[in-house]
Amino acid sequence: MSVSTAQRASWLRAVSLAQRIGSLALLIAIWQITAEALDSRMLPAASAVFIELARLCADGALPFNLGITLARVAAAFLVAMAVGTAIGIAMGRSRTLDALFDSWLVLLLNLPALVIIVLAYVWFGLTEAAAIGAVAVNKIPAVAVTLREGARALDRNYSQMAQSFHVGRWRTLRHVILPQLYPYLFAAARSGLALVWKIVLIVELLGRSNGVGFEIQLYFQQFDVTGILAYTIAFVAVIQLIEWVIFQPLERRAGRWRP
Amino acid sequence: MAAVTPALHADIRDKRYARARGAQSHIALAGLSLEIAAGELVALVGPSGCGKTTFLNIVAGLDRDYVGEVRLAARPDGCPARVGYVFQEPRLLPWRTVHENIALVLPPDRADAIVRDMLTAVGLAGAHDLYPPQLSVGMSRRVAIARAFAIEPDLLLMDEPFVSLDHDTVEQLRELLLKLWRARPTTVLFVTHDLREALMLADRLVLLSAPPAHVVGEVPVSLARSRRHSGPEIELLRDEVLRQHRELIGSAATSAPR
Repeated sequence: MSVSTAQRASWLRAVSLAQRIGSLALLIAIWQITAEALDSRMLPAASAVFIELARLCADGALPFNLGITLARVAAAFLVAMAVGTAIGIAMGRSRTLDALFDSWLVLLLNLPALVIIVLAYVWFGLTEAAAIGAVAVNKIPAVAVTLREGARALDRNYSQMAQSFHVGRWRTLRHVILPQLYPYLFAAARSGLALVWKIVLIVELLGRSNGVGFEIQLYFQQFDVTGILAYTIAFVAVIQLIEWVIFQPLERRAGRWRP
Repeated sequence: MAAVTPALHADIRDKRYARARGAQSHIALAGLSLEIAAGELVALVGPSGCGKTTFLNIVAGLDRDYVGEVRLAARPDGCPARVGYVFQEPRLLPWRTVHENIALVLPPDRADAIVRDMLTAVGLAGAHDLYPPQLSVGMSRRVAIARAFAIEPDLLLMDEPFVSLDHDTVEQLRELLLKLWRARPTTVLFVTHDLREALMLADRLVLLSAPPAHVVGEVPVSLARSRRHSGPEIELLRDEVLRQHRELIGSAATSAPR
């Protein structure tokens, strides 16, 4: 009897999950042993960090700051995706717009994140809007470039079909255009999230009085590596959770038609 | 005969494609003029690459860059004519189910019932939830034909819809097309380079020249459709058409007898 492909797939998934857990356990073990051998304040043991993590969760500071930072990540991410997608599609569809703004895009792509953040704070004050806007502006050009590729690759045959059958603009966008852009949207969203959450921490460090970035700055001033690592672990875990709980199911759904 | 408004009046005086870097433009159509009566099934026959698809795209309103005019008779209620289009490839959205593909071209409130009717009519009642990549080529064509008929078109454009299919599938699809057309009468403009196929389906053949395409002849087909099953009668008709229109030899004539 041969094993069904579904069984085989779930078996392979289980194996790959076990490998991941094993690999992480190995990292933590090496960390623990090294820390115990060094016995230095600069590298606390894994066990100490996890105890601190539990304490911070219990007293509410970590959930509060993590929540604020995630809200900023979400806001900046959504703004960047929406604006970047609109710009990318427009430039992919219109040669004139592309010729006009391509150099702007290149310029923005090469602008250091720190410069954008500092300028945003100088020009618009130390406000929430300036913080979120600065993060979004950092991400917009990359989204636009990706979606421009997607818009250039749109299949004209499908557009002709929609046009000849008088499928309205909105339905054409939803059923004909966007599904062709999903792979590009997912690519932009993935790299977007990875970039946005890192920049949000810098924005918080430079000009906000709460959030993970701000907390890390406080720990930095006290040279409290345990606190820094506790926050880092919590944050990385949440971001990975977003990948598993939101991105991967969405992507599976969008790709379910593939044989 | 009383002057009845034709379902389609097309007079394309000039259609050309620009070539890159100022080279001489390619003239696709020149003086292609055609009228089709309501309910008529007309086959447009011409050599491959003579501009037949270009002509259909103009009639469908997809291409407005031409000199000439296209008039479609309005519906009895005064609304503009509806045009159904069966493209050379099925052009189904691979990321939407068969049902959703047809529903897309229909008003949402009535879509479900119409889709069910049409899929049953083309023999795919069980295929609603399949995605196009799961369909055979023959099934995909059926869905494309169902989609075109679903909108109750006043004019149905078909662009070599049976090209590159095996003989049995083509036979079945032709039967299906005629069955649907009898049950849902409409005006059909069927493009093909296969003279035999044209003779089996059409009320009238319109023969096109090599580019720049124009009409070089018309052949009414009076033989009853029940007697057109690729028998000797079709071969006789075909020989006669080829005798009268020697310019077709070398294009349509080269397709081997089946």
